[in-house]
Amino acid sequence: MSLLILAQAAADSGVDKFVGAITNGLSLGAIYALLALGFVIIFKATQVISFAHGAVAALGAYLVAYFATVLNFPGGALGGPAWLQWTVSAVFAVLATAVVGLVLERVAIRPMIGEPIFSIAMVTIGLDIVIRTITNDFISTDPRPLGDPFGTNIWEAGPISMAYSEVATIIVTIVLVLAIAWFFRSRIGVAMRATAFDQEAAMAQGISVGRIFAIAWAIGAGLAAVAGIFSSVFPRASQGVSAETAFFAFRAFPAIILGGLDSVPGAVVGGFVIGLAESFAGKYMTWSGFGVGFSGIVPYLVMMLVLLVRPYGLFGTEEIRRV
Amino acid sequence: MLEVANLEVVYNDVVLVLRGISLQVPDGEIVALLGANGAGKTTTLRAIGGLLDVHEGDITKGSVTWNGERIDKKEPAEIVRAGITQVLEGRRIFGEMNVEDNLRTGAFTNRNKSSVDTAYTRVMDLFPVLGERRKAVAGYLSGGEQQMLAIGRALMADPKLLILDEPSLGLAPKLVQQIKDIIVDINKQGTAVLLIEQNATMALSIANHGYIMENGKLVMDGDPKKLLEDEDVQEFYLGLHGSGERKSFRDVKHYKRRKRWLS
Ligand SMILES: Nc1ncnc2c1ncn2[C@@H]1O[C@H](COP(=O)(O)OP(=O)(O)O)[C@@H](O)[C@H]1O
Ligand SMILES: [Mg+2]
Repeated sequence: MSLLILAQAAADSGVDKFVGAITNGLSLGAIYALLALGFVIIFKATQVISFAHGAVAALGAYLVAYFATVLNFPGGALGGPAWLQWTVSAVFAVLATAVVGLVLERVAIRPMIGEPIFSIAMVTIGLDIVIRTITNDFISTDPRPLGDPFGTNIWEAGPISMAYSEVATIIVTIVLVLAIAWFFRSRIGVAMRATAFDQEAAMAQGISVGRIFAIAWAIGAGLAAVAGIFSSVFPRASQGVSAETAFFAFRAFPAIILGGLDSVPGAVVGGFVIGLAESFAGKYMTWSGFGVGFSGIVPYLVMMLVLLVRPYGLFGTEEIRRV
Repeated sequence: MLEVANLEVVYNDVVLVLRGISLQVPDGEIVALLGANGAGKTTTLRAIGGLLDVHEGDITKGSVTWNGERIDKKEPAEIVRAGITQVLEGRRIFGEMNVEDNLRTGAFTNRNKSSVDTAYTRVMDLFPVLGERRKAVAGYLSGGEQQMLAIGRALMADPKLLILDEPSLGLAPKLVQQIKDIIVDINKQGTAVLLIEQNATMALSIANHGYIMENGKLVMDGDPKKLLEDEDVQEFYLGLHGSGERKSFRDVKHYKRRKRWLS
């Protein structure tokens, strides 16, 4: 009798473990997908590889902390339930980060148009350092909690057990991915695709390429900010936004390469694939021989395996090589 | 009316490519601009469309005016909005996008819904094949269809002046004939056309006025019929030598010696 119960418990924990790996992988993958999506939109539209993406994500998270916990604006002015106040402040911070992206493009990237890709990449490394230095000064040595309403609450349904923030991550990501898909069917979105394909031909249609660049940077920065938020709350971070947050974005690089540097759907798929791979590795590949940090390497292993078979990533185009 | 006056263009601050070009495209007319490869035809169009920047080119002298207003310092978008669109050399359709989205990019500056609808209907009438292939990926269209798409896309902005850079390049004779008829149709609907061609016979057969360009200078202009009859034009631009045998444009040396008749 007791044996039976024991077997039952083992089976249960097997299912729980598996489901846990999936939910964790999906919510982690959603963050990667958001980071990759913003990165790819900037790259596809402007041919700029932004090494400042992680810093922008951290800036977004920091602005949320600042707006929601210090200024209490504009959510506080609105009143209503606390979670709504926070959400309004967070949305405002995301929009502010998008504006920062727009400004970065205008003052640092646009003057570099026509320069070699390598030089522009160097400029983004400079931006990364500047943004991180400024935000870190404000954050100082103590991580800042975002004041989010998710807390450490867990949502449970059958074998599923997820942190509130994980549920929110997945829902918000789905909404944003759909919004981006819709955007690329809109007038500006079609113009952005045209610009990505052939800048001069786009200009000849009367498309203001500079404006398209600015919009791409704004969208990329906004998406990075959202990713920054979800990577700075439980269970991804224990104490909020810190100097570490900017480096979280580098973990999304395998997702970007995996999906194909210039593929928007690839960024989303790549994000989830890498998230799941990392999550499963963390849960199952726990043999002592590999050490504890092994799951962190798995994204790169998956990326390398895919590149062996498909050198341009899952969805990337061959032309990318010419860049 | 488009007026190019005394235009000089330099690439990379050193290469002088246009050496004082003056030409006019009156409202509602077809004007042909002819010349051998490298004469500077495309450069002239870039100067008109505000597209020199992309190529590190600068206007160092002269002006481009459109209905009396200077446009040589304007952005490409402003020039399109003012009513001048061009079909770039080599079609340059957006190959990854479908036919309909390509057409939508052409309507980018056209914010008036009814004007866009009118333009769309006009394009569908001129190019029924584009309607049939609305959802096809543009990159998979045939060369002729791509040229039609490029022209249709330019018409979506509802231009007063349509500029075409070698629309017949690489097309079979039957398609060249078709493109020619379409240009005539477009012009009949009230759009002025500036037509750049290597196929001088085709261009001169429909133009109201022709210009001939060589090494960044205009060397001749006038009534297309007269140009067609001119012996030198026949020899050097139509490739017909006395007996009727084809003559290569690449015969530069010989040509340069013969060029004295021009100066
Ligand atoms: N971006 C550029 N930089 C430097 N020289 C150029 C550039 N584009 C064209 N040229 C030169 O300008 C001259 C005219 O070219 P182009 O206007 O394309 O002539 P066409 O259209 O009549 O064949 C050629 O000698 C060409 O090599
Ligand atoms: Mg040319």
